[in-house]
Amino acid sequence: MKLKLRIWRQSSADAKGRMVSYELDDVSEDASFLEMLDVLNERLIAEGDDPVAFDHDCREGICGACSLVIDGQPHGPQAATTTCQLHMRKFKDGDSIDIEPWRAGAFPVIKDLVVDRSAFDRIIQAGGYISAPTGTAPDAHAVPIPKQDADAAFSAAACIGCGACVAACPNGSGMLFMGAKVAHLGLTPQGQPERATRVLGMVAAHDEAGFGGCTNTGECAAACPKEIGLDVIGRLNADFRKAAIRAA
Amino acid sequence: MSTDLQSRTAARPAKRAPKPTGPWRSNIGLKIAMAVSGVLLVLFIIVHMAGNLHVFEGREEMNAYAHGLRTLGEPLLPHETVLWVLRVGLIVLAAVHIWSAVVLTRRSLAARPVRYHSRKPAKGESRHAVATMRWGAAVLVLFVAWHLLDLTFRTVNPVKDVPDAYGAVVATFSPERWPVTVFYLLALVALGFHLRHGVWSAVQTIAGPDTKWRKRTQAVALAVALVVVVGFAIVPLSVTFGLVK
Amino acid sequence: MSIDYYREGEPVADTKAPAGPIEERWEKRRFSGRLVNPANRRKLRVIVVGTGLAGASAAATLGELGYRVANYCFQDSARRAHSIAAQGGINAAKNYRNDGDSVHRLFYDTVKGGDFRSRESNVHRLAEVSTEIIDQCVAQGVPFAREYGGLLDNRSFGGAQVSRTFYARGQTGQQLLLGAYQALQRQVAAGTVDLHTRHEMLELVIADGKARGIVVRDLVTGEISTEIADAVVLATGGYGNVFFLSTNAKGCNVTASWRAHRKGAYFANPCYTQIHPTCIPQSGDHQSKLTLMSESLRNDGRVWVPKAKGDQRHPADIPEDERDYYLERRYPAFGNLVPRDIASRAAKVVCDEGHGVGPGGLGVYLDFADAIARLGKPAVEAKYGNLFDMYERITGENPYERPMRIYPAVHYTMGGLWVDYDLSSNIPGLFVTGEANFSDHGANRLGASALMQGLSDGYFVLPNTISDYLADGPFEALDETHEAVVAARKEVDDRIAFFLNNDGDRTVDSFHRELGKIMWEYCGMERTDEGLRKAIGLIRDLKAEFYKRVKVTGKAEELNQQLEKAGRVADFFELGELMCIDALHRTESCGGHFRAESQTEDGEAKRDDDRFSYVAAWEYGEDAPVLHKEALVFEYVKPTQRSYK
Ligand SMILES: Cc1cc2nc3c(=O)[nH]c(=O)nc-3n(C[C@H](O)[C@H](O)[C@H](O)COP(=O)(O)OP(=O)(O)OC[C@H]3O[C@@H](n4cnc5c(N)ncnc54)[C@H](O)[C@@H]3O)c2cc1C
Ligand code: HEM
Ligand code: SF4
Ligand code: FES
Repeated sequence: MKLKLRIWRQSSADAKGRMVSYELDDVSEDASFLEMLDVLNERLIAEGDDPVAFDHDCREGICGACSLVIDGQPHGPQAATTTCQLHMRKFKDGDSIDIEPWRAGAFPVIKDLVVDRSAFDRIIQAGGYISAPTGTAPDAHAVPIPKQDADAAFSAAACIGCGACVAACPNGSGMLFMGAKVAHLGLTPQGQPERATRVLGMVAAHDEAGFGGCTNTGECAAACPKEIGLDVIGRLNADFRKAAIRAA
Repeated sequence: MSTDLQSRTAARPAKRAPKPTGPWRSNIGLKIAMAVSGVLLVLFIIVHMAGNLHVFEGREEMNAYAHGLRTLGEPLLPHETVLWVLRVGLIVLAAVHIWSAVVLTRRSLAARPVRYHSRKPAKGESRHAVATMRWGAAVLVLFVAWHLLDLTFRTVNPVKDVPDAYGAVVATFSPERWPVTVFYLLALVALGFHLRHGVWSAVQTIAGPDTKWRKRTQAVALAVALVVVVGFAIVPLSVTFGLVK
Repeated sequence: MSIDYYREGEPVADTKAPAGPIEERWEKRRFSGRLVNPANRRKLRVIVVGTGLAGASAAATLGELGYRVANYCFQDSARRAHSIAAQGGINAAKNYRNDGDSVHRLFYDTVKGGDFRSRESNVHRLAEVSTEIIDQCVAQGVPFAREYGGLLDNRSFGGAQVSRTFYARGQTGQQLLLGAYQALQRQVAAGTVDLHTRHEMLELVIADGKARGIVVRDLVTGEISTEIADAVVLATGGYGNVFFLSTNAKGCNVTASWRAHRKGAYFANPCYTQIHPTCIPQSGDHQSKLTLMSESLRNDGRVWVPKAKGDQRHPADIPEDERDYYLERRYPAFGNLVPRDIASRAAKVVCDEGHGVGPGGLGVYLDFADAIARLGKPAVEAKYGNLFDMYERITGENPYERPMRIYPAVHYTMGGLWVDYDLSSNIPGLFVTGEANFSDHGANRLGASALMQGLSDGYFVLPNTISDYLADGPFEALDETHEAVVAARKEVDDRIAFFLNNDGDRTVDSFHRELGKIMWEYCGMERTDEGLRKAIGLIRDLKAEFYKRVKVTGKAEELNQQLEKAGRVADFFELGELMCIDALHRTESCGGHFRAESQTEDGEAKRDDDRFSYVAAWEYGEDAPVLHKEALVFEYVKPTQRSYK
């Protein structure tokens, strides 16, 4: 199939960027979106141009590295699918496709389509863990966990930290990501002792990183490749309320 | 061919949003403040709307109701005390609500300094909120200002006689002043959208995960919005169309 | 064999492994190893390269103990290390099912599964530690699957007769890694670990015979810097990407290990490669990686090919009697559940004979029609729905209606840097953990054992053994002007300058693809003397062409993904050659290494314990590698020939 691409090119963090057009003639329907970009890059290198930089690693939809806004939608048009799992058969011959980086103040562009998502790591550092130094653990069966809780914790823990939620959010908010972690840890008995300090610390780090506030529009959940639901934000809010009242 | 986007992404957001200090100044803290004040305002709005319906009982009843508001608590308390307590409460609520909305909105704008080149249709569960909450709020601010000048202080109302609430309503929505009615209705549309999202959003903000009852809460929010809009709209419409004179 | 390819050197021995009853060895070693006083730990710096299960767990634990840790990964976040992709599960000898499992049985199964090419002491320790791993992970909040009673669920995995595999839906690696990542981030916040993401180690610094540091490139700015420490731990993962197409993440590479190897670290058993039978076949030349479909699919799917060669009919139009259910036919006892290597090779055989289906005839059917008829579609959906969805996303075909197409793909590399019982390489101060070392899986890894090994190394083994070495530290301070540092940096600078200045015309990927094809063809599922010799020649020629014609655009001082790839592919060339030499010298078949010359009459792998019961530890040599043999002794598990008939 033939495609017209318009891709955000920006040579470095401080450089000015712009949308640049490319045409590809012979794209296989079976190629993944990133393989289509590989083909473009092979051509650009052969022509002596700088290939398009983009983040990727597992190409299986689990590492959370890939991060393209395709026609205005983080991870593109297919629901519950990361960019690397999106295949060209979802597009039509002759389509023109816009490809842009995640846009958020907290995710500055490094080059082309590559952004800096280290703010997510800083949120986790501020409390997104259970303090369990190696060697201190009781037997795994010491505390049973009701299956529903374990399943709900798992569903929240499925977040891959890709940042599509932030990219989709009109407020550049990281609440879905943060809510997923708060919900995961808060749903396990092991997570209870630090529940209050965790949420206060993470929210402070979130705001400090320059993410915006949530207005419950739901764009994040609609973009999330792992189908993390808005309920994790409700959980986050409730945990926060309790912790903040207690802290006051 | 290439199109320039005006912007480049700085390493840090260009406009630093106001620094939050302490949990209640955080994005979630302010949102809770906005939700709690919002919910109280909703209660006020519903009571206010119910009060307005006294118009249909005629001038006597309506003015008696308005008088009742002023003499609430008498003779235990001096004239208009309760009313002023309520008014101050309302002012505080509105101040908290608007202040938190402004701070959060500024932070949100700073958090998304660069727009996408290609715009997508919104997909979110409450996608209309993106389009309606903020402009709706602006309409509401203008409306509240007009509304106070019109029916509270009577600055722009032909009927200056304060105890004659009925007269003021009939005068302001009289058929020849139809633009006032139109503006009132426009504000109601904004309020309706504001509540349709706001009431559900406030529940999500205050009450916690709502997986099980989200659909129901959203339905309740829609119902509240419809009741409020219809309940308020029927008064000026009745006057403008001559059903109440 | 011809002396040209390699030379044989002195045997090598694992001097740290304690003797005595096997159940007591780990305890003994922990007691005999020296400790570092808590106050002194703060003065000791340890570099950990890698944030996968093996690296993140080690860095977090060393940080908790009070060492000053510098941790590196090339991804933008530590959480994205390749371990995140593991699906199936993690083994542990908990015997929660009361089905006869025990530390000894896990030990036994692992030694046997490794086709008697691993060390008993190491494997026993792994089995002992396995139970603590599960406790540790649960304490961190890892959401393992549970039963209605609230206790942990287990499943049987990879043909094991006991249910000892713990899992978190199909995302076990992700959940385990997030546990380790969170523990790591806690130490970052506590100030004990300096974490450097988007940094790639490009050289090892050895001073006075000890590993003392690394040279790294900041992948964003291109800045080259040196980190000096008292010990260096490599937890840099496997090298399956030498084949270009594999189930590994795109970034997986051998550079860290290979740089250490070039500086003297032995590389053990490089030819042991695990090929996984159930992957989605290649769809065309654009293919950049292969995706694993969980092995559990073989529990209900039936594998077949058309009896007629080149049969292009729609699978539904091929009548029952024109289908060859070759696994059921050849292995009536185990049928579709034969071990990975056997299933893989059988698929290759039928495809080589021309029965393959799909693009290029490289695929066999995995058919669920019977399962759907027997269990009903909802039951099949409940079990495999996620996998079916994934298959459909990638291929555009609906596996409920049309059998899946699968083909084997490179999945895991058992070989790696040689380490002793303490996980120390032969270079003092250089430790190696996780898939990067060669230690515990012998010639073949059992399903759900890599995660176990990575976490065992990182949480429990290394933090206990490294103190014996660090007890001699802190070592003499080194600075940027030390000749070893200057030399290492110069090597890095020169390599980068070479690539950027080379006046070439071919992309790095085009070379990598070609190398991968050679490796797959001659050093893949089936290896022959002739093929391997040919491959060595082809690799040498291609490598020469690479240095002449490779083209890398851009600058050194920026994010330059082509430059990153070029360095990795350069190292893959040298590794590929060593893999072929190792495969050539090992004329037996064992585990993931099948030499066509060494098979039984029914085409099964034939070991040669008399000649090959050893670890092949290769030393780098400018002209030819030097082979050091470490003899393997079996005191507890008697070697037997596998049979799955
Ligand atoms: C698809 C798939 C499914 C699997 N499923 C299972 C399973 O179900 N059960 C099981 O037990 N095993 C499974 N495995 C195997 C298992 O996942 C891996 O063997 C294991 O995770 C390896 O962990 P590691 O920590 O050693 O290395 P990795 O997770 O590969 O981590 C390597 C780290 O080193 C860093 N690194 C590498 N080179 C450099 C460098 N030069 N400079 C700086 N940093 C560097 C990387 O950034 C990364 O952080 C699976 C493997 C695959 C491919
Ligand atoms: C007149 C009566 C009003 C009522 C009853 C009301 C009610 C509410 C409620 C319940 C919310 C939801 C809080 C949450 O997000 O959880 C809300 C949100 C909001 N309100 Fe109001 N509000 C009123 C007037 C105003 C006015 C005058 C403004 C003007 C600044 C305003 C601005 C906002 C904003 C900006 C939001 C957040 C919007 C969003 O979610 O995107 N409101 N309001
Ligand atoms: S919540 Fe969803 S969209 Fe956000 S980071 Fe996690 S997986 Fe990505
Ligand atoms: S590349 Fe890993 S999720 Fe897309």
